[in-house]
Amino acid sequence: MTELRYLSDVVTLELDTEKCTGCGTCVTVCPHAVLAIEQGSARIVDRDACMECGACAGNCPAEALSVESGVGCAAAIIIGAIRGTSPNCACSTEGTSCCG
Amino acid sequence: MPQIFGTITTPAGEVPRVDTTLQTADRLGAWMARWAMGRMRYAVEPGLYAAGQPTADSPVLVSANYKMSFDQLRCRLAGLDAWILVLDTRGINVWCAAGKGTFGTDEIVHRIAATGLAEVVSHRRVIVPQLGAPGIAAHDVKHRSGFRVIYGPVRAEDLPAFLAAKMKATPEMRRVRFPIRDRVVLVPVELMMTAKYFLVLAACVLFLAGVGPGEYWTRVLGIGIRSAALVLAVSVGTLALVPTLLPWLPGRAFALKGLWIGLAFAAAVLLLGWSHGDLLGNRLSLAAWCLLLPATASFLGMNFTGASTYTSLSGVRKEMALAVPLQALAVVAGMTLWLIAPFV
Repeated sequence: MTELRYLSDVVTLELDTEKCTGCGTCVTVCPHAVLAIEQGSARIVDRDACMECGACAGNCPAEALSVESGVGCAAAIIIGAIRGTSPNCACSTEGTSCCG
Repeated sequence: MPQIFGTITTPAGEVPRVDTTLQTADRLGAWMARWAMGRMRYAVEPGLYAAGQPTADSPVLVSANYKMSFDQLRCRLAGLDAWILVLDTRGINVWCAAGKGTFGTDEIVHRIAATGLAEVVSHRRVIVPQLGAPGIAAHDVKHRSGFRVIYGPVRAEDLPAFLAAKMKATPEMRRVRFPIRDRVVLVPVELMMTAKYFLVLAACVLFLAGVGPGEYWTRVLGIGIRSAALVLAVSVGTLALVPTLLPWLPGRAFALKGLWIGLAFAAAVLLLGWSHGDLLGNRLSLAAWCLLLPATASFLGMNFTGASTYTSLSGVRKEMALAVPLQALAVVAGMTLWLIAPFV
């Protein structure tokens, strides 16, 4: 199948290799193989594949990764803009849910 | 609730044993949830469950209390002995709940304590679906509960192979894909969730079409019905075709993918107007549709970002910054043209 790719040069993922201990948890949790361990340290190998889910940053014991995580959902951004909150897909608070 | 076959006695109390096969009622419930019927009440009771005849050494598999998530897990466990720890995610699936943090560190720590898991099993490991990771900080769970989080495969269907390989996942098991089957299955819920908007839009078009030279209801029942049908067709068409044709629609931005469907509809409308005269009004009306159809389809295509498995918040913001003003401009210009067209 053709690999699905989203926009280039947009993601906010940052890696501080100074802090990285090379434990590899980020590689395990990433659903899009964005990270890899090379020479004992994590490295961003496919930055544009990142969907900013935040799994790597939240699971990094050394706090070496940061990303402005959130749902990549247009409806959530619209709802957030209307209510003046952060993007919110309102799945659990409303009677409706957008995610499958 | 899934079928329960008695209980297993543990030091922490009786643990219900669940069926590892799905019954007709489970399949019907899943089908209804896919059509947005009863899906906000499609939940199981949080807590500890048993599959097979688990012992103190058996693995603990963590799941969400959305019944479809729970069913996806238990139906893969035939012939295996395992514990299932169901978190309270308010009836939301693992990945969405992890994004909100309800499938999260606090809840897993709480549920481990509330179920007395430390008395049920002798080891200190819980297997969490990889897509639960955005809500979990594995090192915090270890620190606060004593249990080590092991991230299992993305798909429950890979669990037997993962367990057989001593809890090692292949790189393929760690990747999220978005194959056509996973995309098409989302179409019904997308249609149902969006229906209230496009039905209102179609109704507006139906009744506004009556305003023009000639008798109001004659216009409504003629050009009005045809125009409303066009609104329904472009909405249903886009909501079905964008997911289905996703990899083959040119461009990466979803607003662009939707735009192609809208342009196809606009081309069809022009062709129809050319061959069948004023079915949809005069040339100015056709010009209006050439703005309205692409704008509508582009907007609906953009909204599929939320259901996709690979779009980032930054990316969606970027495409919206460009697409939404253009969509709005096209709708305002298109509506103005369409409303004045009958008088020109």
